Amino acid sequence: MSVFEPGSIVEERKDFIHTKGRQKKSLKCDSDSIAGCVSQRACVYCGARVVLNPVTDAVHLVHGPIGCASYTWDIRGSLSSGSELYRNSFSTDLQEEDVIFGGEKKLTAAIDQLVEKYPTKLVFVYATCIVGVIGDDLEAVCKNASLRHGIEVIPVESSGFIGNKAAGYRAACHALLRLINSGVNQDNNKVEKIPMSVNYLGDFNLAGEAWIIQNYLHPLGIKVNTNFTGDSTYRSLKDAPKASLNIIQCAGSMAFLAKEMEEMFGIPYMNISFLGVEDTSGSLLRIAEFFNSHKAVKAAEELINREEEIVKPLIEGYRREFQGKKAAVYVGGGFKAISLIKQFREIGIEVVMVGTQTGRPEEYETISDMVEEGTVVLDDANPTELEKFMMEKEAHLLVGGVKERPLAYKLGIAFIDHNHDRKHPLSGFAGAVNFAGEVYSTLCSPVWKYLK
Amino acid sequence: MLDSTPKEMIQRKVGLINPAKTCQPIGAMYAALGIYRCLPHSHGSQGCCSYHRSHLTRHFRDPIMASSSSFTEGASVFGGGANLKTSIKNVFEIYDPDIMAVHTTCLTETIGDDIPSILSTAEVPEGKRVIYASTPSYVGSHITGFSNMTTGMVNCLVEPGEKEKKEQVNVLPGFVNPGDMREIKRMLKELGIKFIMFPDTTGVVDSPMTGRYQMFPRGGARVKDIQDSGSSKFTIALGFFASSEAAFLLDRKCSVPPVVLRTPVGIKATDEFLMTLRNRFIQDIPYELEEERGQLVDIMTDTHFHFHGRKVALFGDPDMLTAMTEFLLSLGMIPAYVLTGSPGALFEKEINTMLKAAGVEGKVRAAGDLFELHQWIKNGPVDLLIGNTYGKYIARAEDIPFVRLGFPVMDRSVHSYLPVVGYRGAMRLIEMISGALLDRADRDAAEEDFELVM
Ligand code: SF4
Ligand code: SF4
Repeated sequence: MSVFEPGSIVEERKDFIHTKGRQKKSLKCDSDSIAGCVSQRACVYCGARVVLNPVTDAVHLVHGPIGCASYTWDIRGSLSSGSELYRNSFSTDLQEEDVIFGGEKKLTAAIDQLVEKYPTKLVFVYATCIVGVIGDDLEAVCKNASLRHGIEVIPVESSGFIGNKAAGYRAACHALLRLINSGVNQDNNKVEKIPMSVNYLGDFNLAGEAWIIQNYLHPLGIKVNTNFTGDSTYRSLKDAPKASLNIIQCAGSMAFLAKEMEEMFGIPYMNISFLGVEDTSGSLLRIAEFFNSHKAVKAAEELINREEEIVKPLIEGYRREFQGKKAAVYVGGGFKAISLIKQFREIGIEVVMVGTQTGRPEEYETISDMVEEGTVVLDDANPTELEKFMMEKEAHLLVGGVKERPLAYKLGIAFIDHNHDRKHPLSGFAGAVNFAGEVYSTLCSPVWKYLK
Repeated sequence: MLDSTPKEMIQRKVGLINPAKTCQPIGAMYAALGIYRCLPHSHGSQGCCSYHRSHLTRHFRDPIMASSSSFTEGASVFGGGANLKTSIKNVFEIYDPDIMAVHTTCLTETIGDDIPSILSTAEVPEGKRVIYASTPSYVGSHITGFSNMTTGMVNCLVEPGEKEKKEQVNVLPGFVNPGDMREIKRMLKELGIKFIMFPDTTGVVDSPMTGRYQMFPRGGARVKDIQDSGSSKFTIALGFFASSEAAFLLDRKCSVPPVVLRTPVGIKATDEFLMTLRNRFIQDIPYELEEERGQLVDIMTDTHFHFHGRKVALFGDPDMLTAMTEFLLSLGMIPAYVLTGSPGALFEKEINTMLKAAGVEGKVRAAGDLFELHQWIKNGPVDLLIGNTYGKYIARAEDIPFVRLGFPVMDRSVHSYLPVVGYRGAMRLIEMISGALLDRADRDAAEEDFELVM
């Protein structure tokens, strides 16, 4: 039977979907959504904002009409060990006359006002769609403000329509690089590296996840130099070139930054994943091995043994409850999807549908290699497709973000938030247990009994 | 987190800090969901649409569907006509709604897309409808957007009807929860009056669990009813900001006289709503409603000493605030600060008049933000804060009891199912407010002052 029934999938969408074992392996992705579809995707600004927002002591000023700022007010759930400035919502609140006459004056005044009120060394100014169209010269406004106040005022070129979320990740990385590179006679290439230190890229410290990883690396004698960007600050970001290695958790948002930093500061990088026991253990070992330190490797092995001994029986307990259960995955990036497939395998659940908003071709290939025959893989899916395949594949559980939650519930399917709204850390050994626990509490809730 | 808000009042000329409003399209999207089998469509980039859906999803905890024109750079240079036409084709082909409600975004407004003329050459399948509203967010707020889409319904669907009017009333409920719309409908049914309500999001964003996902649940105002609203005897617009435009347009178009009333929150506004209906239809108020009113007054008497003289800060949407201010005054409370993010000189005037008549000193602001409200509170503490979820930051920073009311409420559930309108809604409000105040009293009571009966 084909997965396509007449009328259920729009013709243009067919290349974005495939079923393992049935068709050619390559999947169309990386292209624009089709006009008139209900897409779960967001915009460039959204991508840039999610990456930069965890910079805790920055003023994040959204240059545009009010909506763009109010929807992103503190929705990230990134925790801070210091400043809480990033949790405010600052907007230039553009009005009709600004759209007609340009918003530069207003932006200038807004920056001055905010800088006066909040002590900060760093202002990010985000461009929204409208700013791209009315043609405000953000560059010039920011530069002048920078000079006037003697702080960094960095424009983020994130007009929503110039691409999708992935383009926003890149815009954010550009802004971060600018921050790292600017300032008084910095020759970052000559910066002395701190031995046994890493920058941890692509962890936004949701529910304190970055802290968990720091605590794992510490006993290995490895120092986390800078976190990108969870719980980061102006100062810590400036220090980034001092690291000897970049480790990347969220490749979707940070691969670009890592490549650039390798070129600029000679920092090698490595993709790692701290989702699930298998990935966490493997990643810790690989990081330790990178430093060629017998001591670090040994410490890693000890830590892994100790932690695995604690968590494996717990996970095994859950595993028994999950027999015969099937999961569907719909998340932002391909890398997370890959980790989740592994993690589900650990807890004995088969993944029958995998989709992402912004997965890259090579990631889809990996996914395709990993999953069982018959699994549906899809890019930029809409709710109708999600429903269709979850029902067809008889999924019991969906992993997704805010918009997918009620969809799953309406279908009588359990749900796990693997996005900004998550409340418990899902990283590391502790996170692996939390994950299994969350799966258990939703999958095995008595509530499903009342459906009929 | 808001501990850094300074106490000395700061004069600001531009921009907002911690907004008390959001943008037009989300209001338009919500209104459009109030039509049966309607798919809202956001003409712009994907981001807006995605944010609006997420935000509504967080508030209602139900799937919120809307399509997007998915703008790219090309569209923003050459205009979005082609995108919109493709969208219309795809939407009807894939999702098969009966009606599509197009709203614009800042982007499409700025590049000057002329929706009516694009639509005039678009291919709309036989028997299907496309309606539209212009909703640039650099004007107004989400309330303006709601009002514009409601007006769009009248503009695009209603035809000048018969001269002979029917014994029925149009009710425009305004930007309220489906629980409120249900309660308004229940009161109308108790009265036995034939009515047409639009938009009507009951059964759409509070749809029941069936184990099946329906893109278009059973609820929503029927297109043919909206069309028929031109033949009604008169229109009740609940809430000046969200509902009056559409009512005025109905009058201009079809000579259906408008009556603009407050959102029926609290005893006085509910009385007015019911009396207007009674007088126009020469109806008796049924015993059930009289009984409810009597119960409410009974409750107000039982509890008045909890409320008297207590200072309240409230923020949110203008129509809700106007009605709430009136209700708080009727409870003997002091609405010390009333702030909305939506612009509107009329709002300030109306609240000030009310406060003055009650002999209460208060600060009132339209187009304000929560930074400003917080500064006020820092300079003159209050006993209670009422507002949407974002108020929790201020409540925590200042350690004040907090009642969640309005849009959005994203950190609690059930609120969208239960009404705050009508006499029953007023009872619920009293429970919420006194619950918050008394919980606090219990929490703060010294051991020797801790009492069983309060
Ligand atoms: S661009 Fe306009 S419509 Fe879109 S989210 Fe921002 S304010 Fe709202
Ligand atoms: S206006 Fe543009 S930047 Fe703002 S939310 Fe919409 S798509 Fe994103």
